[in-house]
Amino acid sequence: MSLLEITNVSKSFGPVHVLDGVSMSVDRGEVVGLVGDNGAGKSTLMKIVTGMYTADQGRLTLDGDDILTHSPGERRRMGIEMIYQDLALAKQQDVAANIFLGREPQKKVLGINFVDRATMRAEAKAMIDRLGARLPAINRPVGSFSGGQQQSVAIARALTFDPKLVIMDEPTAALAVREVQGVLDLIRQLKASGIGVILISHRLNDVLSVTDRIVVLNHGRAAANLTTAQTDMAEVVSAIVGGADMADAAAHESRG
Amino acid sequence: MTSPDAGRMRPGPSLWSRIQSGAIERFHIRIESLIVLLVLAAAMAVLSPYFLSWSNFLNIFLATATIGVLAIAATYVLGSGGLDLSLGSVMGLAGVVGAWVAVKAGLPTPVAVAATVGAGALAGFVNGLIITRAFVPAFIVTLGMLGIARGLALVINHGAAIYGLPAAMVYLGQGRPLGIPMPVIIFIATAIVMHILLAYTRYGRHTLAIGDSENAARTAGINVQRHRLSLYTLSGALAGLAGLIFATRVNAGDPTAGLTYELTAITAAIIGGTNLFGGRASILGTMIGALIMGVLQNGLNLLAVQSYYQQMAIGAVLILAVFIDQWQVRKESRV
Ligand SMILES: Nc1ncnc2c1ncn2[C@@H]1O[C@H](COP(=O)(O)OP(=O)(O)OP(=O)(O)O)[C@@H](O)[C@H]1O
Ligand SMILES: [Mg+2]
Repeated sequence: MSLLEITNVSKSFGPVHVLDGVSMSVDRGEVVGLVGDNGAGKSTLMKIVTGMYTADQGRLTLDGDDILTHSPGERRRMGIEMIYQDLALAKQQDVAANIFLGREPQKKVLGINFVDRATMRAEAKAMIDRLGARLPAINRPVGSFSGGQQQSVAIARALTFDPKLVIMDEPTAALAVREVQGVLDLIRQLKASGIGVILISHRLNDVLSVTDRIVVLNHGRAAANLTTAQTDMAEVVSAIVGGADMADAAAHESRG
Repeated sequence: MTSPDAGRMRPGPSLWSRIQSGAIERFHIRIESLIVLLVLAAAMAVLSPYFLSWSNFLNIFLATATIGVLAIAATYVLGSGGLDLSLGSVMGLAGVVGAWVAVKAGLPTPVAVAATVGAGALAGFVNGLIITRAFVPAFIVTLGMLGIARGLALVINHGAAIYGLPAAMVYLGQGRPLGIPMPVIIFIATAIVMHILLAYTRYGRHTLAIGDSENAARTAGINVQRHRLSLYTLSGALAGLAGLIFATRVNAGDPTAGLTYELTAITAAIIGGTNLFGGRASILGTMIGALIMGVLQNGLNLLAVQSYYQQMAIGAVLILAVFIDQWQVRKESRV
């Protein structure tokens, strides 16, 4: 039984068919790359997994349990975390508030639950330090941070509560060279500790270096499901652009 | 970047900006509003010999109580990125409902009190239901409710006020335990509870997170629509409480009570540092904002300025407050 099983999921936004019977799965300790053109439907598929969108049809299971009817909050509690492409941060709130949003630690005073801000701040700081992220100050609104720093906060938010499955939608888009290596190392660590990872990225070299399998979406269909050890840049690019003449594109990516 | 001006272009934080950010981080208030309040009070003290007396001090709080409670409601709703324009009308409706239950139906005071606050909560719940389930913008829904609630308040007793509340109920508006007017006690107690709820609980944090970024709140697993519904209900209940204070103070359920009060309440919240677009709000700031409005009104009354001009002054202060807020935001995002 896979950790996450997506079966035959379809989704339209009004007249636009975005996903057309997509199936894919992720095992514990497996890293799956999800690639495809702009607008192929990658983010939409993953938002269906986290419950931000509802599928028109299809099945979704986590550890064999049907999760299609679960709310985003319930799915999060079950261990599904996602780093969104737009980061989905509350820009006027500080680092700790963002990391713990929706799951603030509480302490009871006179029978009333208060947010335990000291614990929150300490644990947020520990998490940021563990990730090796360099932030100007932990008690500042995250909107005042650079794009890469904000990305670090979004990553910290996804990892703080022992997830089973981590979905990363372009987690390295805003990161400098060294930070990109940091995220790739992090993915290897997650894999080693038995966490399932889905990595969406246009940086195919990264995808080839860190994943076990690569699923290619093309116009809302799963066009290919490749084992990374047995494929190469040319095959991945070919699946992305849909079998058209792609020698030039593949050669370009290989150079990058 | 070797020009001699380079250093001057990015100065370190000045003492003033450190005080500013300290006030915001520690107490969630804009230090400017506190200064405005003190300056205003000083000016009034110079202009009117009656201003600086204990009884006038209590008068200001008494006059601020109704608006203050409404402003607290406005703070929550604005902080969540919403808007409640029906505050004043719902307050008027609640007062009439309470008076009707106590006088016309002759029910005991606790029932009348519950009916007053409950009528407000119900109006707010209807607002919230339409906003969150039918996806009609809050601006339109609460503007509609402004008309509906006012009309209903007038319909109940054919446009006339309902007089003669029972003594126990009047005590809530006119009683003075330890010499302090009951409305002031209710106002302060409400402010303390609502401050704690906003600043120190999940409910308050989620309120501001939703106002900051609905998307962030949703991805964090917060049930945004349910939270919004509860916020509009809370806002209505507070408007009901304001209606209770007002009706028991004047000993009548007056269908015209609270006319244009939403204007003053929203102004007070924004002067206090609430972000008009959500994400930032504090009850402490709103208290200062409400007191500024109270002092302004009290001072203009002492100076015998006609109420027409007072309305104009409040409107001007609202626009000025938002202007200063936006100006600050632009200044911060410039460098
Ligand atoms: N909320 C929405 N409403 C309407 N259409 C949408 C919505 N979200 C996505 N789409 C459409 O669905 C299609 C797939 O979008 P999606 O964001 O899933 O692509 P993607 O594969 O993540 O692309 P990218 O690589 O650019 O991030 C696009 O054509 C987009 O316009
Ligand atoms: Mg995308």
